[in-house]
Amino acid sequence: MNLAAIVFLPFIGAVIPLLLAGRARLHITLATAAVTVLSLALLVVEAPVALAGDTTLYFAEWLPTLGLHIAFRLDGLALLFAGLILIIGLLVIIYAHYYLSQKDSAPRFFSCLLLFMGSMLGIVTADNLILMWFFWELTSVSSFLLIGYWFHQSTARRGARMALAITGAGGLALLAGILLIGSIVGSYQLDAVFAAADTIREHELYLPILILVLLGAFTKSAQFPFQFWLPHAMAAPTPVSAYLHSATMVKAGIFLMARLLPVLGGTPEWFTIVTLTGLATLLFGAYFALLKTDLKGLLAFSTISHLGLITMLLGLGSAGAVVAALFHIINHATFKAGLFMIAGIIDHETGSRDMRKLSGLRKAMPFTMVLAVITSAAMAGIPFFNGFLSKEMFFAEAYQQDLFGALSWFVPVLATLGAMLSVAYSVRFVHDVFFQEPPHDLPKKPHEPPLMMRFPVIVFAVLCIGVGVAPMLLAADILTPAVSAVTLSETTLDIAIWHGFNMPLLMSALALVGGIVIYVGRSELLTFSRQFDPHDAKEIFAKILSATTRFCDDMMQRIENGSLQRYIALLLVFTLVLVVPELAAVRQLTGDRPQLPIDAISLVGAVILMLAALATAMLHRQRLTSLMMLSVVGLVVSLSFIHFSAPDLAMTQLVVEVVSIILMILALFFMPQRIPRASSGRRVARDVLLAGSIGGIVGTLNYALITRPFESISDFFLANSVPGGGGTNVVNVILVDFRGFDTLGEITVLAIAAAGIHKLLNNLRPFMPSSDVDGRPWHRVKHPLMVQTVAQAILPLALMVSVYIFLRGHNLPGGGFIAGLVTAAAMILQYIANGVDWVKSRFDYNYQTLTSVGVMIALFTGVGSWFFDHNFLTSSFTYVHWPLVGKFELATAILFDLGVYLTVIGATLMILANFGQMTTRHRPRQEGY
Amino acid sequence: METLYAITVGTLTACSVFLILRGRSFPIVIGITMLSYAVNLFLFSTGRLTVNELPLVGLSESSSDPLPQALVLTAIVIGFAMTAYSIILAVRVRGEIGSDEVNDSNYAEQEGQR
Repeated sequence: MNLAAIVFLPFIGAVIPLLLAGRARLHITLATAAVTVLSLALLVVEAPVALAGDTTLYFAEWLPTLGLHIAFRLDGLALLFAGLILIIGLLVIIYAHYYLSQKDSAPRFFSCLLLFMGSMLGIVTADNLILMWFFWELTSVSSFLLIGYWFHQSTARRGARMALAITGAGGLALLAGILLIGSIVGSYQLDAVFAAADTIREHELYLPILILVLLGAFTKSAQFPFQFWLPHAMAAPTPVSAYLHSATMVKAGIFLMARLLPVLGGTPEWFTIVTLTGLATLLFGAYFALLKTDLKGLLAFSTISHLGLITMLLGLGSAGAVVAALFHIINHATFKAGLFMIAGIIDHETGSRDMRKLSGLRKAMPFTMVLAVITSAAMAGIPFFNGFLSKEMFFAEAYQQDLFGALSWFVPVLATLGAMLSVAYSVRFVHDVFFQEPPHDLPKKPHEPPLMMRFPVIVFAVLCIGVGVAPMLLAADILTPAVSAVTLSETTLDIAIWHGFNMPLLMSALALVGGIVIYVGRSELLTFSRQFDPHDAKEIFAKILSATTRFCDDMMQRIENGSLQRYIALLLVFTLVLVVPELAAVRQLTGDRPQLPIDAISLVGAVILMLAALATAMLHRQRLTSLMMLSVVGLVVSLSFIHFSAPDLAMTQLVVEVVSIILMILALFFMPQRIPRASSGRRVARDVLLAGSIGGIVGTLNYALITRPFESISDFFLANSVPGGGGTNVVNVILVDFRGFDTLGEITVLAIAAAGIHKLLNNLRPFMPSSDVDGRPWHRVKHPLMVQTVAQAILPLALMVSVYIFLRGHNLPGGGFIAGLVTAAAMILQYIANGVDWVKSRFDYNYQTLTSVGVMIALFTGVGSWFFDHNFLTSSFTYVHWPLVGKFELATAILFDLGVYLTVIGATLMILANFGQMTTRHRPRQEGY
Repeated sequence: METLYAITVGTLTACSVFLILRGRSFPIVIGITMLSYAVNLFLFSTGRLTVNELPLVGLSESSSDPLPQALVLTAIVIGFAMTAYSIILAVRVRGEIGSDEVNDSNYAEQEGQR
């Protein structure tokens, strides 16, 4: 539990600075520091087990089906890193308290810092690879917030964006690599992955996995050629840089390589890629560090260089190299954090970080100078400082390896060259800033910073000397279990300052002398480097970014060009692409089901149907004709429902057909009657081809479907219709009883559509022609007498029929839907024959209310079942004997059907009557009518 | 009979897809309406074609499959709601924009396609 608490405490604690936003800066700092100290205390409590070489595990299931668990482990490696993160984090918090100006928002800073700390702790203690990746991406996000802390500066915004883009992209590659590992191992837990190390190394996917994982590590750790984001991250406040560059962020990539070394390491591929990348980064960073004039820029490139050194050691992968790598991680963290803080102090107290302006500060800042000398000496690798020891070990490993056969000699030579450059820029850092003539025209008059601002640096400087003098005393205890955790074997360390006169010592001496020579002759080097175009990584990055955006834009433009027709066509083509191969794979088109014979009437009906459909499509420019053809189609469809034993469907289809054709004729009044131009030939050809293919596919599918035998669940409905639902018309019983909930949904949708239409008609000023398409005026008699009389006579008949259809619906074809549509059609006829005014004066009823009442009746019928301890919409029924009528069934389902009936009437009339009123004075004019 | 039925459904689908691919709203609404007929026929036929077997208990020995019928019945009503909604939307657009073309007017100027 403690393990999880160590990681989650900073996340929870991140809220505290925000809650304290109104308080004094000191309170906020203390609260943040308290969270860190608490986490650190828990780590100390858990540390003895890890120091003894054992592993503490915490496991809680999260998403077991994905193999993702909240699992943490504390072994030597995790302890080393977690310790660095928390201790350096604490010192950075103290330093930041003095560094941030009054204008800067301290709550936001400390909150982000804690988020970042928690994410880093998550990476180093995660026992599940996906979980580790999760925290990995969290560091990308939180470092984005930290680097962009001064978001009013465009450099900060750009630097933050670049860091996020590069490390985030690397993170995605890492995820791919992790998923591949998981697919081979079958688990993401580290122990399982370690156990399957040989399987992974021998797997054919080993190289892709290696490259993907290394992409993640190299982007995060700013390895060549992904190093360019790191110098731009310098736009962050200096405490962030100190933290990012010493113990966190860039060390995450190193950590990943160390963690997966037992799994992925030890192969020629690993040696070659990792060692050479490290070596290239080492030289690249060191060279550019020498050229930079910005203090933080120098330190940034030196970080790149030292990361290269560690990467190279991990690439070599021998036990000695791992010791050297981990030892250098500690040493680099201490001196680099200190150096960044010194750079921040100089910036803070002089107002400038430009080494061309800074000089001779030894008078004004003697104490800071001493600290700078100590930490720089550690960076340069001078004896009796910690950097010397790990650099010595690095030389030894570089000298001993023979990975490149006869060419192996170039590794130690280049390593020495890198060390020379490292000495040179270290000397430069001290000499340029603190020596030479006194400074002039600095923005501020330089003076020593407050003692507490220097305190963290003093701690680092003491550590640099202490570890340098007594390595076995101070570092061995934590280093030994860490090395064991990486090599997965028992290790005993022996770090000595003096090894006698040997090759590494000679290389150190050469580096020292060479470094000073390079520094003295640096003006030559500067002149030499000036003849090259300065390639600003930011510009290249921006170019690549804008090229990518432009490419995507072009693609978008090509696909999304504003033509809806094209979208539909593309969708249909895509459907064809997906369906055609599947259909082609079906061997037998005709199924085994015995087929019905074709009779003459069906043949005639089908021919009429097809001709009418073709006519609808071909005559679509003569809209009224096309509409008439459509009504023929609908009519024959309803006839075919009758033929194929579906009387309910036929009745519904028939009435719906009538109502929708009336609606469309009405709509046609407001629409252009004819279309002026025909489509281009090419377009028609394309559409015919496409429509033909889709039709062919649908027809084929349908044929294949209906000729095959099938098993239906309908036997249940047929068997239970009478005993369970009390009706012999199974279709109706399904609608109002078995699947009543569906029907409730359907009528609700109908009501919503009607309400939507009602809203669409509000305030609409439709285009109203005064004559027909050929210029003839409308007939002066609006409502012919014959139609009036017949319509009025039909109304009571139609209402009676609809009541009859409604009542018998449970046992014979009919029911609420059909009865409702019949009533609605009869009402519509009144509107057509007699006009809106006539109907309004006799039947002024609000259809919206009718619709709502219908839906509510249906709903409350369902709810009613609850009062009898039944499920929603359970129906009950009984038979009663009425005089004259005879045996009659009373079912609650009929109440539900009444709801359906009223909703259908209400919705249909709401649509048609409201629309029909558009040309009259009853037109809805304002919202809310 | 099955062959004839499938050909009819295919023809209906083809004609309605052709109409939906037009550039003006009215033919598209007609196309959508016709497509819903085709889809209803298709769905109805998943219960297979039967003649003279009403889904009424006790009327005939065997019965046609009532489930697709019930589903298609509601589909017809919902289809009507959709047709109504889309046609009124088209009228509204005509009233607002003054045109019944469905495409971006800039695009229509460039290509002049109907």
